[in-house]
Amino acid sequence: MNSISTDICIIGAGPVGLFAVFEAGLLKLRCHVVDALPQVGGQLSEIYPKKPIYDIPGFPEVLAGDLVRNLMQQIAPFHPTFTLGERVERYAKLDDGTFQLFTTDGTEIICKTICIAGGLGSFEPRKPAIEDLEKFEGGRGVHYMVRDPEHFRNQRLVIAGGGDSALDWTIFLADVAKEVTLVHRGTTFRGAADSAEKVQKLHEAGKVRLVLSSNVTHVHGNGHLEAVTITANGGSTESVALDHFIPLFGLTPKLGPIGEWGLELQDDAVKVNTLDYSTSEPGVFAIGDINTYPGKLKLILCGFHEAALMAQGAFKYINPDKKYVLKYTTVNGVPTL
Amino acid sequence: MTDEVRVYVEEAPGQRREVVAPTDMGLSLMEILKADGYDIQATCGGMALCGTCHVEVLAGPALPEPSDDELAMLESLPVMTQGSRLSCQIRITERMDGLVVRLMPQNA
Repeated sequence: MNSISTDICIIGAGPVGLFAVFEAGLLKLRCHVVDALPQVGGQLSEIYPKKPIYDIPGFPEVLAGDLVRNLMQQIAPFHPTFTLGERVERYAKLDDGTFQLFTTDGTEIICKTICIAGGLGSFEPRKPAIEDLEKFEGGRGVHYMVRDPEHFRNQRLVIAGGGDSALDWTIFLADVAKEVTLVHRGTTFRGAADSAEKVQKLHEAGKVRLVLSSNVTHVHGNGHLEAVTITANGGSTESVALDHFIPLFGLTPKLGPIGEWGLELQDDAVKVNTLDYSTSEPGVFAIGDINTYPGKLKLILCGFHEAALMAQGAFKYINPDKKYVLKYTTVNGVPTL
Repeated sequence: MTDEVRVYVEEAPGQRREVVAPTDMGLSLMEILKADGYDIQATCGGMALCGTCHVEVLAGPALPEPSDDELAMLESLPVMTQGSRLSCQIRITERMDGLVVRLMPQNA
């Protein structure tokens, strides 16, 4: 098992998480950064790398991607380590006061403090509002994403959705599954015209059943899912027997597992004390878009400020007996770790 | 007071509540509704990414066409109607006076 030991484990490699490495580094604290995305930069890299940002002090205009590159250069002297493409699932406080974190891939991180810089959270599948749907989650017939297409070989499937992923998986699974029914609330698909045309052809060839202007409205089964009710916009209903129901309605940012950690929350954000951006759990800090406090502004520049205060808080938490003296980089330069 | 428009939120059938919105601040409809106390998550902050500011336009002046990003997001939602829009993508201008919208469920 992969195991890492560090002073601060920063969850989230967005701009604020990266800058936290710098502020911690000035205090000679080592950082390990974890992010569910395969690259650093968070939203800036994933969503708008080519968009200019105008409110970073000292930069009249900077492309989001360039800001990430600059931050990586700025923190390089502190040799941060990274676990990318893995999501932190759970944590435990050990008897000696250190924290133990585990990622989705089983990486273990032992750290003295945790700094949550998770931004919008993690992007998770949007679930349609169907009564009892959750009863069939977790291997009982309802899937919000396709992890292993082989799981569906020779099975009867109903897929719901009208976006690209619903179309793409319908096309792919048409060759794998025994039966595929695609249910879409509209009459047309606005996604990739190419995919929509392929689905139409598969429908004409009898390989996919296409049910338009309809929604899956009920799920039925005893233990495992057995059938769904499809209701047409006009009101008529039909019951379809199946093995698996795959609603594909895109992704939406959610707080994710961090929401289950017992930290005090407010409106899906982590409540912090603005003295040092500590959460309700001693040793756990939260900075950037994921936290909330009176007057909170979701701005990168505010996250940078929060990172500086968090680093001081973490230093005091780790070294309760040491006296901390603020050092200016203009006087001392950047220390090495 | 020319720098203001009135938009209306249909809270129940036939029951509309007036919201006064300034036109000189470059605000989006999402920001106006949130500021007025409506329970809108708008998790992504206005980048057409989360779909949690979904509204249905019921009546009023014609709005600028949605962008491809907005359409793609709307298309992926479980519920979408003819009038579906992401309120974060609607910029408040003087032409919006009399707009009537209904909030859609957060997860739809």
